[in-house]
Amino acid sequence: MLAANAVSPGWYLALAALLFAVGAVGVMVRRNPLVMFMCVELMLNAVNLTFVTFARDLDDVGGQVIVFFVLVVAAAEVVVGLGIIVSILRRRPLATADDASLLRG
Amino acid sequence: MLDLTWLIPALPLAGFLVLVALGRRLGEPLAGWLATAAVGGSFVASVVVFLGLVGEPEESRAFSQVLFEWVPAGGFTVDVGFLADPLSLTMCLFITGIATLIHLYAIGYMHGDPRFSKFFLYLNLFVFSMLMLVLGDNLLITFLGWEGVGACSYFLISFWHESDANASAGKKAFVTNRIGDWGYMVAMFLTFTALGSITYADIIEGAGGLATSTATAITLLLLVGATGKSAQIPLFVWLPDAMAGPTPVSALIHAATMVTSGVYLLTRMSPVIAASSDWVTMVIAVVGALTALVAATIAVGQHDIKKVLAYSTISQLGYMFLAIGSGAYVAAIFHMVTHAFFKALMFLGSGSVIHGLGDEQDMRRMGALRKLLPITAITYLVGWLAIAGVPPFSGFWSKDEILLFAWEKSPVLWAIGLVTALLTAFYMSRQVFLTFFGTPRWDRPLVDAAPELARERGLVPAGAGDDGEVDDADGDEAGSPTVHNVYESGHLPHGVGPKDEIHPHESPWTMTAPLVVLAGLALVGGAIQLPFTDSTKRLEHWLLPVVEAGEHHLTSSTATKWALAAVAIVAGIAGIVGAAALYLRRRYEDQPATPPILLRGWYYDSSISTFMGGPGRKAFDAVAWFDRTVVDGAVNGVATLVRVGGGGLRRTQTGFVRAYAGFLTAGAIFVVFVMILRGALL
Repeated sequence: MLAANAVSPGWYLALAALLFAVGAVGVMVRRNPLVMFMCVELMLNAVNLTFVTFARDLDDVGGQVIVFFVLVVAAAEVVVGLGIIVSILRRRPLATADDASLLRG
Repeated sequence: MLDLTWLIPALPLAGFLVLVALGRRLGEPLAGWLATAAVGGSFVASVVVFLGLVGEPEESRAFSQVLFEWVPAGGFTVDVGFLADPLSLTMCLFITGIATLIHLYAIGYMHGDPRFSKFFLYLNLFVFSMLMLVLGDNLLITFLGWEGVGACSYFLISFWHESDANASAGKKAFVTNRIGDWGYMVAMFLTFTALGSITYADIIEGAGGLATSTATAITLLLLVGATGKSAQIPLFVWLPDAMAGPTPVSALIHAATMVTSGVYLLTRMSPVIAASSDWVTMVIAVVGALTALVAATIAVGQHDIKKVLAYSTISQLGYMFLAIGSGAYVAAIFHMVTHAFFKALMFLGSGSVIHGLGDEQDMRRMGALRKLLPITAITYLVGWLAIAGVPPFSGFWSKDEILLFAWEKSPVLWAIGLVTALLTAFYMSRQVFLTFFGTPRWDRPLVDAAPELARERGLVPAGAGDDGEVDDADGDEAGSPTVHNVYESGHLPHGVGPKDEIHPHESPWTMTAPLVVLAGLALVGGAIQLPFTDSTKRLEHWLLPVVEAGEHHLTSSTATKWALAAVAIVAGIAGIVGAAALYLRRRYEDQPATPPILLRGWYYDSSISTFMGGPGRKAFDAVAWFDRTVVDGAVNGVATLVRVGGGGLRRTQTGFVRAYAGFLTAGAIFVVFVMILRGALL
């Protein structure tokens, strides 16, 4: 149970939302693929924070478990993503993410 | 024995398949004999099933044999099943019986044709389709046969398709029949919607519970289908043209089988007719009576020996429709049987004449053939007396019965029927007198004998000599009048080369034997239904369980019946005497000229052509324009819309990862916004 003077979940959620927004804006505005990647990680961690918050608030371990799943998936995603970035870098000097736009319709 | 029902259509089908595979190798005459044997076997099977059915007690004389489930679709199933009952067996017996004779005849008639085996292949397929039509135990199997005979008639009528006239006659028959088929199809759909089944057993059971309006609609649509197949007003135009086909085809299709299928269909669906409004039977009767009368008047004016028979067939079919409209289903079937006998006989007889004269079909160039073609002449006379309604020949009994029923329906219909009977006797006598009696005219130059005929055939006497004779390129070596080849003008109705001289001769035995058998049947065929006592009405006892629902029961007194019969006989004899006075006693040159309006068939056909060529064509052009611009426009418009929209959406696929991320985020924000809004509203 939460103590009476404990920080209320609302604050945690607000922080998570702020982190998520920072991450999202980062993905959209930054051109360096590595920075964009870090922003994605930031968004994932924001989501993790909400999970943990609700897990504690509802006294349910399920949220904590989901966080581990997210971490595993994020690790896998980083491996694949970095692999793609590295293979692109080998073919051409990749200054910005916008240079790789071969998949346009 | 009833289990053999499937064998009846299977044998002609087997014959067809064997001929497809081996026809050319078998060649002439083996292919013909094989086809004849297949149909003959079918006749034997019909007799066996018939005997089996006779052995059953009267109330259980309907044997259904399901071979397999053909169309299972949800609540709708169609079985390939055969129904052997008195009606279908009666049809089978005379179809296979007469078809066997016609096959035999065709072996002689088609002798020397380069596509001999193909002809028999079509004939077998035709007989198979016709048997499917009458044996099917539901409307769809019947429709299968219905379309099958339509397709086969197209193949057979335009069998000599090198000639334009034959090819277009086949097309005309096919297209006209399609109009009728539309009626059949819609009637079938309507029946399924109303009853949930198209099996005859279910229709007979459920017909009583049909709404009057539904039954009326089904009947009228069936009537449309029947007018197409049975060549009634307004769809009779194809049948006279169909005479372009080989004569055995004319005998098979236009006397014994296909044209009777409309009558069969209406008889089969008699419970539905009984459930429809009262005025519907009057419509059927009026269509029949008018067709009978109009066709008979046209037959009076025809020069072509087969065209007379063609219009006569239309007229006799009109009688059958008149009978159905008067509630005389048994009489309709009775007349169908006797008509099949004597009309097949006369078609084959006319074929024998045409054969003997080297493909001459015009009666203006016949005459006095009775001594040269004795068997043909004698058998033809039997057919003539039968159709003219002279007792005791078969046609008298059936026609008299129909007239009696028509009398009870309405004296006006009876009067039309009587006038038609008189005309029938008249034009048939005219034909017989012109063909078999009088002076020989086949050896006379065409220009002398029939100037307008010469013009029709393109033999305008441009190079005519002093004696008015046509000078052809070869010239007359002996200076004697010769008959010139009339087929050089591209008018080649038969695949036989030119002839300089015509020697009328009797046909081979394969052709005369069927004539003799049919003449016997035409003579005694009336015995299946004699009106004297109850026990002599064999056909009625046999058929009544099938047609009970709609059958009218006579109320006239015996005296009235005798009086009507006497009047009918007098009318028939008056027709014969009138024709004798006009055509037998006088010299050919003194005979009355044919009124052009009758020769051209009341201009009915040409009016249709004119209409279709003028306003009809414009209307069709308008429909085509509508189809191209509006219908196709709508379809193509949808395609254009999709293409343009896709092109627009394509621009959003920039390939920039950050743009996609932006769209994703925008989408997510939109979804969250909507959820919040919904939460606020709820």
